Amino acid sequence: MNAFDHIKNILVSENIGTINLSTPHWDELYVTVAGNDFVKTCKLLHKRLDSAVMMFFAEDLCAAAPGVFAIYCCFLSIQTHSWVFVRQDVVQDDLKIDSLAKDVYSASLFEREMSEMFGIMPVGNPDLRRLKLHNEVWPEGYYPLRKDFIDPHGRPAVGSGYRFKRVEGEGIFEVPVGPVHAGIIGPGHFRFSTAGEPIINLELRLGWTHRGIEKLLEGKEAREAVKIFECISGDTAFGYSAAFCQSVEKILAIDIPARAQMLRVLFLELERLYNHANDMGGIATDVGFSFPANFASLIKESILKLNEALSSSRYLKGINTVGGVKQDIDEDKINIIRASLLKIKKDFSELEEMLFSSISFMDRVDSTGILRVKTARDLGITGLAARASGIALDMRKVFPGVYGSLSFNAAKEHSGDVASRLKVRCHEAKESIALIEQCLERLNACAGHVNVAAQKRGGVALGCVEAWRGPVLVWTRLNAEGKIGRCKIVDPSFHNWEALSYAVLGNIIPDFPLCNKSFDLSYPGNDL
Amino acid sequence: MSYRILKNSIKKGRVTVKFDPADISLSVEIEKIGGDLKKMIHAKFGRSFHMREVDTASCGACESEIIACSNPLYDIQRFGIDFVASPRHADALLVTGPVSKNMELALKKTYEAMPDPKFVITLGDCAKGGGLFKNSYYTCGGVENIIPVNFHIPGCPPNPLMIIKTLLFFLQKE
Repeated sequence: MNAFDHIKNILVSENIGTINLSTPHWDELYVTVAGNDFVKTCKLLHKRLDSAVMMFFAEDLCAAAPGVFAIYCCFLSIQTHSWVFVRQDVVQDDLKIDSLAKDVYSASLFEREMSEMFGIMPVGNPDLRRLKLHNEVWPEGYYPLRKDFIDPHGRPAVGSGYRFKRVEGEGIFEVPVGPVHAGIIGPGHFRFSTAGEPIINLELRLGWTHRGIEKLLEGKEAREAVKIFECISGDTAFGYSAAFCQSVEKILAIDIPARAQMLRVLFLELERLYNHANDMGGIATDVGFSFPANFASLIKESILKLNEALSSSRYLKGINTVGGVKQDIDEDKINIIRASLLKIKKDFSELEEMLFSSISFMDRVDSTGILRVKTARDLGITGLAARASGIALDMRKVFPGVYGSLSFNAAKEHSGDVASRLKVRCHEAKESIALIEQCLERLNACAGHVNVAAQKRGGVALGCVEAWRGPVLVWTRLNAEGKIGRCKIVDPSFHNWEALSYAVLGNIIPDFPLCNKSFDLSYPGNDL
Repeated sequence: MSYRILKNSIKKGRVTVKFDPADISLSVEIEKIGGDLKKMIHAKFGRSFHMREVDTASCGACESEIIACSNPLYDIQRFGIDFVASPRHADALLVTGPVSKNMELALKKTYEAMPDPKFVITLGDCAKGGGLFKNSYYTCGGVENIIPVNFHIPGCPPNPLMIIKTLLFFLQKE
């Protein structure tokens, strides 16, 4: 059954009022409903598609319809391999929507974001504390993502007043950490409440690295914007630029050359590989097991050097462009990859053996920081962390593209502890090496161009790439001149940060760095 | 396993100098620059030069390269440079990122917590003038707008060798 009929049947079966369905792309379906049917429709799709809220955002339609805001809520239909967007429109005089978060938890962070960025009030949401525009520095009544936003130069900020959840009682200690941490890492504030050793509550306050990226993108030419995408989260530079290019290519109706598709897979897997090496080492560091940690840092270094040899950028910047990739890989470079890969493969298996054969190491990671599958589902966890908790969701399988012609197994573990996340990494690193080998074999068969040009065109589309941490989603609207009208970005960290605060419960504070590293979430990707 | 690790360590020796035929030239270069760096630090700071790193909204690539400076290949510690956990122990602040409004106060406080004499080194293109994020509503347009900066290490991100080289240049100047 195709997506259109499938969704239509679901909606009709539950008597949703006026339904307006459209499919601008083969894997995207838009359902426009009236305001009072919105929550009902979303709840229905959430339940029937068994999907968390993947994206939930607003758009200022100022150019087409002044004073109107469109609200989109996106679900994933694994069965029909498509994205389902539910849309409602609200007008500026009455910027209120019924809260979805009351019924569907995975919508709650999005509602907080929408209320601070657009001033759209989700009626009934109990928690509308600001995520990114901190009270200490940002005044009331300035909503950056509105088109008529003006900079609040020097206006007095709201002041302090971020209410942390308080745990009170005899013997409870509150331990605040951050935003500047002891290590060389991004800024975030963690507030632990402990009774004795175990953590009984952890609250995260993020947003410190907010740079206003979604606003910055508006009005930019698509090609020019790729550079910004490469600087959203430095460790996922390629994943981000690929997701954005994919969305623009969908709008412009470009089929990128087979060789470019293969090269994108190659680079994406290289990115996965160096990050997995980094994290396997990081987990060892955080239990004080320095030998494998240093060994892993050398593996990472060798992959970064390989990246540099291939693309003259250690972090794979400057490769992607709208319509394909900028640079091809010749026979010499293929030989360099083959030679490096042999060594990397051997090093990875050695690293794995070092870690898994150490009883004291396994004792630390086993049953530490458990994220239960129920919690993971409710929070809408995606990517690597979800796969370690028994949710087999890998976008490379749902939307295969060129991955369909390559063979690999998606990882899946069940216990949801640090050891599971480590095992998922080991598994994926091996699969990545195998995928790169397959890519190299296929490259000869798809000789030719690596990029194509296209006519300017307007429209909307969603780009999705399973980057190493999880799916990176980029929804783009291009106007007729080929400039970005609105861009919504969702990093896997956005939901997964919340998972961390559940995974650490009952663990001791000294195990927090270990739990944290096992997720290895992005501060800049979350804060944008 | 432990036998194999031991054997491996003996066989491999010091990876910093004897790593891989392709890396030998790199190792020699690091050793040379590092040797000069070490002498410079000895002459100017006594024994060592300690830095505290602050991320003020960088994308994380700069952090990754700073961490790479401490891996066994570059091993910046052997030249007397170390990254410390507290600004109270630091001779210099190493700042990355365009300074988001949220991080402005944290950066100032970290700077104030350092004992005199203190230096500020910025790292990465965003840290100087804000880079790509210069025109954003939520950045302060670079570190120099918040605290006095002594030196800048350019690049997006600068690679570890570049960081070591530029630090040497800074110490020669100061």
